[in-house]
Parts: sequence; C-alpha cells; structure tokens
Amino acid sequence: MADTLLEIRDLKIEATVYPPGEKPQDIVIVDGVSLALEKGKVLGLIGESGAGKSTIGLSAMSYGRGGVRLTGGDILLNGREIRRARGSALRALRGHEVTYVAQSAAAAFNPAKRLMEQVIETSLWHGVASRAEAEARAVALFAKLGLPDPETFGQRYPHQVSGGQLQRAMTAMALCPEPDLVIFDEPTTALDVTTQIDVLAAIKEAIRDTGVAALYITHDLAVVAQVSDDIMVLRNGKTVEYGPVDQIINHPQEDYTRALVSVRSMEHPEKTDEAESVLTVDHVTARYRGTHFDVLKDVTVSLQPGHTLAVVGESGSGKSTLARAITGLLPPTKGAIHFAGRTLSPALAQRTKDDLRELQMIYQMADVAMNPRQTVGTIIGRPLEFYFGLRGEAKRKRVQELLDQIEMGEGYIDRYPAELSGGQKQRVCIARALAAKPKLIICDEVTSALDPLVADGILKLLLNLQEQQNVAYLFITHDLATVRAIADSIAVMYQGEVVRYGPKASVLSPPFDDYTDLLLSSVPEMRIGWLEEVIAHRKMESAGH
Amino acid sequence: MRIPLAALIGLFFTALFFLTAIFAPWIAPYGMAEVVSRDIWAPSSAEFLLGTDNLGRDLLSRMIYGGRTTIFIATAATILSFTTGSVLGFLAAVVGGWVDQVLSRFVDLLMSIPSLIFALVVLSVMPVTVPVLIVVMGLLDSTRVYRLARAVAVDINVMDYVEAAKLRGEGRGWIIFREILPNALSPLVAEMGLRFIFMVLFVSTLSFLGLGVQPPMADWGGLVKENADGIVYGIGAALYPAIAIATLAISVNLVADWVLNRTTSLKGGRGG
Amino acid sequence: MSPVVKLLAQRIALGLLLLFLVSILIFVGTIILPGDVAQSILGQSATPEALANLRRDLGLNDPPVTRYFNWLFGVLQGDLGTALTSGQDIATQIGARLGNTLFLAFWAAVISVPLAIFLGLLAVRYRDRWPDKLISGVTLASISVPEFVIAYVLIFFVAVKLRWGVSVATINDSMSLGDKLYAIALPVAVLTLVVLAHMMRMTRAAILNVMQSAYIETAELKGLTMFTIIRRHAFPNSIAPIVNVVMLNLAYLVVGVVVIEVVFVYPGMGQYLVDHVSKRDVPVVQACGLIFAAVYIGLNLVADVVSILTNPRLRHPK
Repeated sequence: MADTLLEIRDLKIEATVYPPGEKPQDIVIVDGVSLALEKGKVLGLIGESGAGKSTIGLSAMSYGRGGVRLTGGDILLNGREIRRARGSALRALRGHEVTYVAQSAAAAFNPAKRLMEQVIETSLWHGVASRAEAEARAVALFAKLGLPDPETFGQRYPHQVSGGQLQRAMTAMALCPEPDLVIFDEPTTALDVTTQIDVLAAIKEAIRDTGVAALYITHDLAVVAQVSDDIMVLRNGKTVEYGPVDQIINHPQEDYTRALVSVRSMEHPEKTDEAESVLTVDHVTARYRGTHFDVLKDVTVSLQPGHTLAVVGESGSGKSTLARAITGLLPPTKGAIHFAGRTLSPALAQRTKDDLRELQMIYQMADVAMNPRQTVGTIIGRPLEFYFGLRGEAKRKRVQELLDQIEMGEGYIDRYPAELSGGQKQRVCIARALAAKPKLIICDEVTSALDPLVADGILKLLLNLQEQQNVAYLFITHDLATVRAIADSIAVMYQGEVVRYGPKASVLSPPFDDYTDLLLSSVPEMRIGWLEEVIAHRKMESAGH
Repeated sequence: MRIPLAALIGLFFTALFFLTAIFAPWIAPYGMAEVVSRDIWAPSSAEFLLGTDNLGRDLLSRMIYGGRTTIFIATAATILSFTTGSVLGFLAAVVGGWVDQVLSRFVDLLMSIPSLIFALVVLSVMPVTVPVLIVVMGLLDSTRVYRLARAVAVDINVMDYVEAAKLRGEGRGWIIFREILPNALSPLVAEMGLRFIFMVLFVSTLSFLGLGVQPPMADWGGLVKENADGIVYGIGAALYPAIAIATLAISVNLVADWVLNRTTSLKGGRGG
Repeated sequence: MSPVVKLLAQRIALGLLLLFLVSILIFVGTIILPGDVAQSILGQSATPEALANLRRDLGLNDPPVTRYFNWLFGVLQGDLGTALTSGQDIATQIGARLGNTLFLAFWAAVISVPLAIFLGLLAVRYRDRWPDKLISGVTLASISVPEFVIAYVLIFFVAVKLRWGVSVATINDSMSLGDKLYAIALPVAVLTLVVLAHMMRMTRAAILNVMQSAYIETAELKGLTMFTIIRRHAFPNSIAPIVNVVMLNLAYLVVGVVVIEVVFVYPGMGQYLVDHVSKRDVPVVQACGLIFAAVYIGLNLVADVVSILTNPRLRHPK
C-alpha cells in the first residue's frame, strides 16, 4: 500500500477529568480505533457529541486538546510513526503535512492580524514558498473558494468579514501550504443552511482540485455523504461501522448506523380538518426598544387546535421574535394577537392568569430553562400549585403522572437537572408545559441542541402528546427535516416577514418563491450525489437567466 | 466528607480567634488597660507570656482584648456592607430601569475614590468612635458587594428559567427568593470571607494611622502603632499583633476558598 | 470622525465629569457631616464669640454652593487655600511633597512592573507546576497582610537585625540621587512586595485568558514554536489586559503609599494627609483627597485609552 497517507492502528486516547469534590480520574475517550486513508481520499468521521470524532481527527496531527493524551496504538503519517513524536518533529508536520480547519473560524483567527498574514503564515514558516508566491497562492485560493474581491480580501481583519467567509478563509489557510492532509472539524455546523451549501461545495471543489486528502468530521451524516469516499461511524469512542460511503448510506450493517441514516425520514401526514383557530396573529409589527427598524413586519398567521404551525427561517429572520411577541415579552407596535376566542393584551403584565396558563413555552437549551437548584418535582409541581392550587400528595401524584406521560417513569422526581441527560432535561421541560393544561405550546428550536436520535425521540413524544391532548404547537425551527416530521402548516420567514405561508403540502410544492426555493434546495439530503445535482441545477438556472 | 488540610488549618485558627474574642474577659490574664509592670517592653516571661508593652501593660492581655475589638468591628462592618450591598444589588438587577441607573452610577462615583482616602476625608470631620467606624467602613465597602450581587443577579435574571417563571405569572418575591437567590448564594458566601478580611485590614490600617480605634481601647492595628517605636531598638512587641492580623486573614481566606469549592460542587450546583 | 477618536473623546470627557463629581463628593463629605470645623480647631472650651468669628473668617456662613464654587475656582487656578492649623499655603506645601511621593511611587513601579510581568509569564509557562503554585501561595499571603505589617517585619529583620538600609526615610533636596535611593530602599521594597503579588496573579490570569483562545491553538497547529506563538499571536492581544492590570495596581500603589509614608516618616503627600486628618484641617484634607482621587481616575483613564487604541475592531471598523 504505497499510497497510504495516514494509518491509525488500535488508537487509545485518555483524558483526566476533575469531577468537583472528587479525586481526578483518568477516563478512556477513544478505544481501539483503526483506520487508513489513501492520498487524495476523503474519510468522514461521524458520531454524536462525545463520540470522540474530533479527538481522533486531531490525533492525525499528534495533538491532544486540553489535557487529552494519546496513550496507545500507532499513528503513521507518510510511513512515519508520529504518536510519540515531540518537539521539532511535531512542528515540522503541523501546518505543513497536515493542516486544520476549525468549527468556529471566528474564534480561530487572531483578531489583531490581517487575514493574509495569517493565511500565508505557515507557508513562510515552513519555507514552502516565498512571500510573493504564498500571497499569489492565497489569492488564487480566495478566488476558488468564491470569496469576494480575492485580490484585496486578505487585507481585511477577521471581524470585517462574515462567518461563512471566515470559514472559507480558514479553508484557504489550511490549503495554502499545500499539505497532504486537511482535517475539517465540523466546518459548516455553525452556519445557516443556505450558507452551508456554498461552503460545502467550495470545500469539495477545493479538495478535488488540489488532490489533498481529508478527514471530514461532522455529526450530520447527510453532509458527510456528499464529500467523503469512506465513512467511519463512531459512538462513545469506539468504531461502530467503517466502510465506503455507498455501504454506509445505502446498505448499513449496524442498527446504530441504520438509525442514523433514517433519522431525517420521519413523515407526518398533515391534518386538514377545519376548526375555529386557537391562535391568530393579526398583522403584527414589532421592534426592540431603542432601535429603528422593525424586526417583525406585518406578520399574519393562524393556528387551529391540535395542529402544528412550523415557523421556519434562518438566524435573524425574526422567528424567535414572533414567539416573544405572542408571549407578551415584546409588545407589538401594530396589530393584535387573538388567542382562544379573546384578544390578548400586548404586554405580559396585563394578561390574566388563564392567558398565561393556556399559552406555554419550551426552550432550545433545556439546561438553562430549568433552575439548577430545584428538583424535577419542584419544577413540574410549581405550575400545578400556581395554577390549580395542588399541594402535597395530590401534587406529587400528578407530577408522577406527567413524568409517566413523558416516558420517564419512577425515580426522577427528586433529582436535580444536572443529573439528567440532554433528552431527559427537554422531556422535563415538556412536562412542565403540559402541567398547565395549555391550549398552545410555543416550541423554540427545542430539538436543535440535541443529537439526532434523541431529537427524533422528542419529536415523536410531542406528536403523541398532541394526539392525546389536542394541544397546538407553534414550532420554531431552522431545520426543514424537523418541519416535515411535525408540521401541519408552515410559515417561512425572511428578514422579519412571512414570505410563504399555508398548509405543509402546498408550501413544500412548487412553484416556489426565490427564498423558499433556495432554503428548500439547500437542506442536505441523505443520498450520494445530492450536492452535485443541486450545484449543477443552480448553475444551469443562473445561466438560463 | 474529607476536609483538605489547608482548610482544616484555616478552620482551626478562625475558630480559635473567634472563641478567644468572645471569651476574652475570661481568658485574658490581666485587664485590658491595667499597668502591671514598671518595665516597658519587658521580654516574655512566665508572668507575662508575651512580655509587656510600651506602657508596661501585659501584651498578651492586650492582644486578646485587641482581637475582640478588631473582630467585632470587622464582623459588624461586614454584615452592614453585605446587607446594604446585596439588597440594593438584587433590587437594581430585578427592577432595572432608572433605579438601576441611579444606584449603579452612584456606586461608580464612590468607587472612583480609593476607599482609604475617602474614609480619611470623612473621618476628618466625624468623631472617631466605634459606631462611626463601622458605618463608614461598611457603607464604603458595600459598593463592592453591590457590584457583585448585581452582576450575579443580572446573569441569572436573563436565564430562561427566570423568563419561564415570569411567563408563568410569578410575582417579584418568588423570582427573587426562589429563582435568583438560591443560585446567587455561593458566589456571595465566598465573597463574604473576602470582605471580612478586607475589613480586618481596613480597620487595622485606620487604627495604625491613629484614625481608628482610640486608646486606651486595644485593637491589633493600634497595638502595632503603640509598640512600633520599639522596633528600631530590636524589640519585636509590634510584630505579635502584626502576625495576628496576618494569621486571621490567611485563615479566613483558606476557609472561604474551601467553601467556594464545596458549594459549587454540591448536587445540583453549577459545576454538577 | 473615526470611531476611535469619538470613543477617546467620550472617555476623556467622562473622566473629567467623574473628577468634577468627585470634587463635589469630597466637598459635601466634609461639610454635611455633623462635625464643625471651627469647633474642632478651637476645641470644646471655645467661647461662642470666638467660634462665630472663626466661622465668619473661614466663610462658613456662606451657603454651601457658594463655598463649593469658590473652592473649585480656586483649585482650578492652582489655589488650594490655606491650612487652618499652620496658616501656610497648601499648594506650596503639597508641591514639594507630591514630588517626593511620586519619586517613591516611581521607583516602586519601575521595579515591580517588569518583575511582575516577568513572573506572571513564568507562572503561565510553568502552569500548575511548583513556580505557579508558589506564586499563588505568595499571593494568598500577600492579599491577607496589610502594608504596615510587611513594613515592620522588613524593618525589624533587615534594618535592625541586618543593619542594612534605614528605617526612617528622610530625604531632602540637597541629597544626591544615590543617597536618596538608599534612603527609600526599604519603603520601595515594601511597596514592591505589596503590589507585586497582585500584579503577578492578574498578569497570569490575563495571559492565560489569551493563551486559551482558539487562535492560539490554531497557531500551535501551524507548527510554530512557543516563543513565536507568544510573540506573534499572544502578545498583540495581551497589551490591553496587561496595561489594565498595571494601571489598576499603580492605582493601588497610590493608596499603599499613604501607609508606607507614615511608617517610614517619609515627607510625602500621604504623611501630610494623615497628619492633617488627625488635626481636622479640612482644607488640607480636601486638597489631598482631590489629588489622590485625580491620580486614581487618571490611571484608570490611561488603561481605558490603551484598550481602545489596541482594539482591532475599533481601529479597523467594518
């Protein structure tokens, strides 16, 4: 195997953790992982948080982040063992043979230096090129990656360019010294979906044109399917399945892989029954105090009992602001909100106890949505006490009923949030909302902080509860797969306006307006070749115009 | 539960100092201002364990009574500083608006003058008595507690669980006492130790400058001042109270450190 | 106008406003409180006539606002008034003493600032190893010990037992620089010790904060040496926080000076202030308080100006 660039055999990685109040412990975070990567190929590493995928990726540079130690196995790069390398041998490979693209380019660039200085730094340091050559190469890379004004782009400071541009600049920085291997560590995860597709396409093209090999790390199987030759599925630091991309996507062998592949395929037939709507947002316009532009512009939507309205949009579209307007945290400047047959006061302070009770909210980050000093029993019990005056044994019994409904069962009532997993925390928040017997629950990105399988579980639970209790959901999300899984009707928001609104089937079928088209076509699909199709289609369209 | 050695040492000395302060009249071999010997700055002996001071009083007895004064003033000033600072800080954070603006700007102004300097300015026109000292020190120092309490409460106030409580319709009382206070307690408790140390140093410095506790009443800073002249003759009487101040401060610091580490690691704590 | 200039102008204006408000606070602090200057000068046995005469002479019968503005305009023209106890011109007296105080503080700063930054870097370099632990131990001890305690321990062991240095730091204009430096050796040593630990610990925290940034990891993954990483990537981002630390501690030094001057009977501002507080000489106390506060506010202002000037976001707006 003369072409093997990177070979990892039986890798073991350990870290020391410092549980508060206890002695430090060594834990194994990667165990017995082996892989091989040929020159010019791309290997995708995929797994949930804690799977050890970033740690394995960085081991190809013989680097352990924050006290992580590479304690066993061999890492061979270009035939050399590098796990035990130290000092100048390490520095010679880092930034020269292997380079790195971080998830958050915004933090990974030095804020005090111009981009060009940072992009060509490795080329000069390792003596790969002269300054003039390196700058020329950087400009060429800027152009290839689709950055604006490639000639002068490097003269800017990191804070002067957008997040998507920084991510591309970091790719240019990694490719500039012409390395053998680039490690991409979730390079598009922090980006909006319409930006992600451009960056993804740029990265793929750059990999193809330069012939560099890559380790592509992500939690999104649909993304990795677009750029990889091989895929390794990881869970808790161990290999679950490893093989060519076709095998993993189309013929997965392991249950866990099958679950990951089918994760976005939940379908939900839309309800079509007609009824008096429970919520009507009537021409609502709103702005934050002290600002001079409207964050919501003339928004009108309505929602029937037991139905789900998905509000879709990217960051800054105003979708979370809509929730704040409905809950009364941000009183609208124009328009009205009708709820359960009455008109709500614009401000929270003037609403009745029933208004508050019947309109509940669930948040994105369950961690900070629960008081860490209260037990699960107190968290779920408080609305029972506050709205229905339940006390003592009656309250405790009802809390347990609610815990049963969210499929958590016995033994959780006296626990603190810190003792629960991410999915369990979100379930407790759902139970707290249900405790109030609401007519409407606003769900603000409730699944986006969760791993895909856990998120699926939460969505199924929400659908079951809707079936049983006829509660309506206003479901705010940026993820269209989630929308397909849960919505009956959809409102697409862009820059504070609703640009498309109606039943799910009609919103998701052509003819589209430009933004919805862009948004829908940008969502990665779980099939090989999707990215090429979309890019080709878009090129054709823009040529046709 | 295992207590680290450093905290154990800290606890031991803190307890020793406080107990000595409380039971001073029963422990001290002689009276506070009782002249017991013709020799001034007599070396230590079986009769006078730490020797005598600049006027021939028993130094050990003065140290014991002095500790009582210093600890009493520091404790009282800390309590005043804490109640004022944390009540106003929480209020500013929860109410916000002009209340917050007025309080915060006034605190900014007070903190733009070093507190020792401001204390000296005020003491130049006030009668120097123990209550005046406590009030001046406590109020000047409450600015720091205010800033901490406000910052902690502002951080907690923007948490989603507080928003959830507001959306539920909870009143201000529930939000302050059930949502914010339990989460603000551990940083405040740790700060309390530091404020106490600061008060010990503050009152000792004032007394040392002759502007704190007035003779014949004893306190540690004053004892250093009284016996300082002996230093140049090689007489170390002033070093005993000096070391007492340092020991008390370091001990409390060790305890405060430990309390901070422990409370943050409790079940359901932030670190948990 | 560029945002930097605008921000600087705002910050300096704010500093001046603060100084103005502080002058009011100091003035109000000395008149509203229940003491009576005339009474304190003449003592409890003074006759009512004598008190009334003195009050009139001092202008104490004017409304407070009038007195404040008279005082403020005097201050702005360099007239700090006359001392009640000695009848001497305060500005003249402060002039010489301020020089002495600055001389002392200057040398303490010259020694402690580079030393603290060097030791702070050392602590970062050997993080969690013994040099770092030693530094945190010393810091704990140092924040728990008042300045005068360090001073007397040093006098006792160095000046008295070892017979090195002098315990009374008298200086005057006729002394040579060498003699002066010998005279202030011990007070400078004490001041250095007092601020060193604080400054070290804060420098350590500031540099660690920078070193934990993601862009330092980026630099490490570029294969740069530690020295180059610090020089190119850590240093430009550490200037503002370190200057901030230094200024904060110099401000702290200003307060430490007051106590140290008393211990060493040093003819500076601090000694002058403390003397006149006991004598209840309000005009002197007001003047000294204002000057100390001005220095304090000025140092904080310098820290803010530096952090504005070194912020790339402000220097290169979008």
